[in-house]
Amino acid sequence: MRRHLISAADLSRDDALLILDTADELAKISERSIKKLPTLRGRTVVNLFFEDSTRTRISFEAAAKRLSADVINFSAKGSSVSKGESLKDTALTLEAMGADAVVIRHSASGAPHRLAGWVRGSVVNAGDGTHEHPTQALLDAFTMRRRLGSLEGRRVAIVGDVLHSRVARSNVLLLATLGAEVTLVAPPTLFPVSVGSWPCEFSYDLDAVLPKSDVVMMLRVQRERMNAAFFPTEREYSRRYGLDRDRVARMPDHALVMHPGPMNRGMEIAAEVADSPRSTIVEQVANGVTARMAVLYLLLGGAELGGEN
Amino acid sequence: MADAISHARGGARAVLDGPDINRALIRISHEILERTKGGENVVLLGIPTRGVHLAHRLAAHIRQFEGRSVPVGSLDVTMYRDDLRLRPARALGRTELPADGIDGRLVVLVDDVLYSGRTVRAALDALNDLGRPQAVQLAALVDRGHRELPIRPDYVGKNLPTSKAESVKVYLEENDGRDAVLLLKEEDGR
Repeated sequence: MRRHLISAADLSRDDALLILDTADELAKISERSIKKLPTLRGRTVVNLFFEDSTRTRISFEAAAKRLSADVINFSAKGSSVSKGESLKDTALTLEAMGADAVVIRHSASGAPHRLAGWVRGSVVNAGDGTHEHPTQALLDAFTMRRRLGSLEGRRVAIVGDVLHSRVARSNVLLLATLGAEVTLVAPPTLFPVSVGSWPCEFSYDLDAVLPKSDVVMMLRVQRERMNAAFFPTEREYSRRYGLDRDRVARMPDHALVMHPGPMNRGMEIAAEVADSPRSTIVEQVANGVTARMAVLYLLLGGAELGGEN
Repeated sequence: MADAISHARGGARAVLDGPDINRALIRISHEILERTKGGENVVLLGIPTRGVHLAHRLAAHIRQFEGRSVPVGSLDVTMYRDDLRLRPARALGRTELPADGIDGRLVVLVDDVLYSGRTVRAALDALNDLGRPQAVQLAALVDRGHRELPIRPDYVGKNLPTSKAESVKVYLEENDGRDAVLLLKEEDGR
């Protein structure tokens, strides 16, 4: 393992499997009455959130606390950042406080990478702009593996706003590493230009992809980023790319429905689909804590690696 | 791994072979039955990886002698170790408790080699988080001495005086393809 987790592409197959296997063992902790391990006692994890994301932040917070680390939550709102402090000065402050790991969420793609050059501790990317969200990909892979067994040769459809989705990018990279076949499904306007270089296939037609998918992962339509005419109306998007009961009926019986949350019920996913037994949406939240515990343990649980990075 | 036995370089010495290990485990099973008055309330918890295999073998012997099935589990202590900061993060082993848990039971921890006692200390911490046994005992195939904590085994397969420069390596059929305990001069064994 490297010292930082910035991109899903940083993970070799062995690294990824080590994280997933570790998470498998850690999952048992959340079933115990004492959900706490002394492993990271005395270590400090800073959650540095420049963008609001309550669920990702509390997921990291729960993960760090279950490993007995001290957690400092640093949100940009109302802090010196809004008074104009630079990322670098914030980094130096954290460094002075002795942060062993910094979990960063930032609206600018590449911010975690910059931060990694400034701090001695580990940096974990908790979502940077439209770039990546590697722990989300890990928890998704973990969820799929628990339900389906191995990911080797499994077909995963990722549907929706690929253009703005860091979740899609991290998932494509990680799932390719783990041997799954990914098909991205979106209207042409919601594919990024660079998508041709991604290790996956593409389609504009959800109905053609559904019957051969083991997993259908719906992405949130990010209304806050829909600042241009990416599609005519929400209703039309929903009819062509929304997952409703009829579409679910065309999926194989074992196929899973996933969503990274938060959902727009009735838009990209019908409420009854979101609440159906094949939906893993609630499970994904629990698995998020477990997967992040595995990442924090593997990054911080041992000696500082020095030359072995 | 198994090659290391046949090609053991100068300095490696076989201390126990297969039949020796078997005899030691048979004796320990009898001792457990004797000290626990028939093993009624006993749970065997092996420390991965080889302690788990040893625990299963002890349970098999106990079943044979007493006709009693003793529950067997495994207890990984990695997350409770006190030397985590000294080495790179290591992969976790399995923790699996018997269905009835360990509350009120007599837990016998089983490990292959007893050395500093730090693994056992970690195991006691781990047990503490998992339940409240009525009592905890310790069985080790080899006790090589050099304790750093006030911990002593209740059942020992073989007391093996060693120097700190030596290392003890246990090979078990289930894991390594053959049964043997080697004493190595190099310090790379552990």
